[in-house]
Amino acid sequence: MRRRDLVARASLYTILGAGLLVVVGPFLWAVLSSLKPEAEIRRIPATWWPEAFTLDNYRDLLSRLDFPQAFANSAIVAVLTTLGNLVFCSLLGYALAKLRFPGRRALFLVVLGTLMVPSMVTFVPQFVMVSNLGLVNSYGGLILPFLATPFGVFLMRQYLLSIPDELIEAARVDGAGELRIFARIVLPLCGPALATLTILTFLASWNNFLWPLVVATTEDKYTLPVALALYSVGQNRIDFGLVLAGAVAVLLPVVIVFVLLQRHFLRGIATTGLK
Amino acid sequence: MATVTATAPAEAPASAGDRRPYRIRQGLAGWAFATPFTVLFLLFMAVPVLASLVMSLTDLRSTDLRSPLAVEFVGLDNYTRLFEDAQFRRAALNTAVFVVVGVPLTMAVGLAAASALNSGLVRFRTLFRVGFYLPVVTSIVALAVVWRFLLDPEAGLLNNALRLVGVDGPNWLGDSHLALPSIIAMAVWRNFGFLMVIFLAGLQTIPAELYESSKLDGAGRWAQFRHITVPLLRPTLLFGGVVTSVGYLQLFEEPLVMTRGGPLDSTLSVSYHIYNQFGFGNYGYAAAVSYVLFAAIVGLSILQFRLLGSRD
Repeated sequence: MRRRDLVARASLYTILGAGLLVVVGPFLWAVLSSLKPEAEIRRIPATWWPEAFTLDNYRDLLSRLDFPQAFANSAIVAVLTTLGNLVFCSLLGYALAKLRFPGRRALFLVVLGTLMVPSMVTFVPQFVMVSNLGLVNSYGGLILPFLATPFGVFLMRQYLLSIPDELIEAARVDGAGELRIFARIVLPLCGPALATLTILTFLASWNNFLWPLVVATTEDKYTLPVALALYSVGQNRIDFGLVLAGAVAVLLPVVIVFVLLQRHFLRGIATTGLK
Repeated sequence: MATVTATAPAEAPASAGDRRPYRIRQGLAGWAFATPFTVLFLLFMAVPVLASLVMSLTDLRSTDLRSPLAVEFVGLDNYTRLFEDAQFRRAALNTAVFVVVGVPLTMAVGLAAASALNSGLVRFRTLFRVGFYLPVVTSIVALAVVWRFLLDPEAGLLNNALRLVGVDGPNWLGDSHLALPSIIAMAVWRNFGFLMVIFLAGLQTIPAELYESSKLDGAGRWAQFRHITVPLLRPTLLFGGVVTSVGYLQLFEEPLVMTRGGPLDSTLSVSYHIYNQFGFGNYGYAAAVSYVLFAAIVGLSILQFRLLGSRD
């Protein structure tokens, strides 16, 4: 019996370990290859460990892809989008969860109804709207359509429902105004929900592709994924070292933050997914 | 407001709002909180969703944006044109194959990983969870770039590994029969970690006593899986299936970066077709295709709820 357990355990670990190798392998391979000179990358048979470590690919990245600009654009767009969602979604989430006002139910249903609308359906008229506002190829155009997302409202409302009404009533009896109750009493209790919203919104913005691809028309407004995709698609014979260095630079910040904050990430996914 | 200090309660009754009925006051406060979001939402979400529908009934082109009066209402022409468009039909077929093959595969791998991690005897569970989840949080464009390199017939990791065992690997992305399966493999690789986390949370709600008592009744592992795990996990499986299908129906970045829809349109997806039509300036037609995609998403979700939803 013990012997059978041992075999079962060993095979379980073998399978899980092999799986882990398959999932993480491409990341390691990309990092290692980005540190090889182009000739070594294309050599057959391939070298696994770089024979000659070089940072040339990363140096090229800075000079040829206008990479620092794209990095800055991605960061600006992601930070402002996240801040906007934190403010707008928590305001509406609070109103929907705790305030009685005419049209509340209808508003909630409309917002909920667009939760599943794919970006492919909205991007053409969104582009027409943004172009009528004269915002094509601007930060405003990149950010505005994502400042207020239905998902954020849904997340905040669900969380705020769990805050006891008595707390808010007591503050009202004490004469506190609604904005003050929201900012001083309700928001400080929303830490976990705000953390989840921050992580998910920032990631979605950092990784977003279709909209910046459509709205950013010149290189100085490209975000990282757009710069990377257009460079790698534009060439017939791509410079693997350069493109891989670019991919690593896009992946690495997210990987590091994820590994450090993994508990919050995974809890956030599991709870929002199941509610 | 912000300057009001701890002595605020003493001043509060003086404010004019207090004399108004409570309900009106709350109604005003509610709309004050709701307005900023609602304005942005109407402008950039609700109006575009409806505008898309109207647009799909017109011959709007990029050149018409400056002179909207030149746009004509063409009824359902765009929709009828769609079914004569061989490229759209190919894109629809490719997308259907991607969903029909990819979703069950991703769910199976996700469920297998979740079951393995839930079996109680696993150490390093966090390591596996973080590792398997890693591709989910990272940029799909960057991953597609990495995979394009991974599948390169000469320099790629896969064919180099195959060479070690004496096999000459094919040109994965350059062969019209292998390109879509390669993209499906990448999608499974990237997305099963999400389902693993969802399924793991679901598995942990199943009481351990159920397994113990069934063991006493002589049930094997497979019987337990079929008669306890799957039925009790059905709501979670349904949720995972719907979310994955909605995502897979919108396949776009992978073919754009890895194959540009080729070879011979063998990886052209519906979303990619919409993007191309938008690029050609055919806004009305692109909107029509996007509504067909939307209908497919809603339809498939309803179908899954019907088939897998609770039967009582």
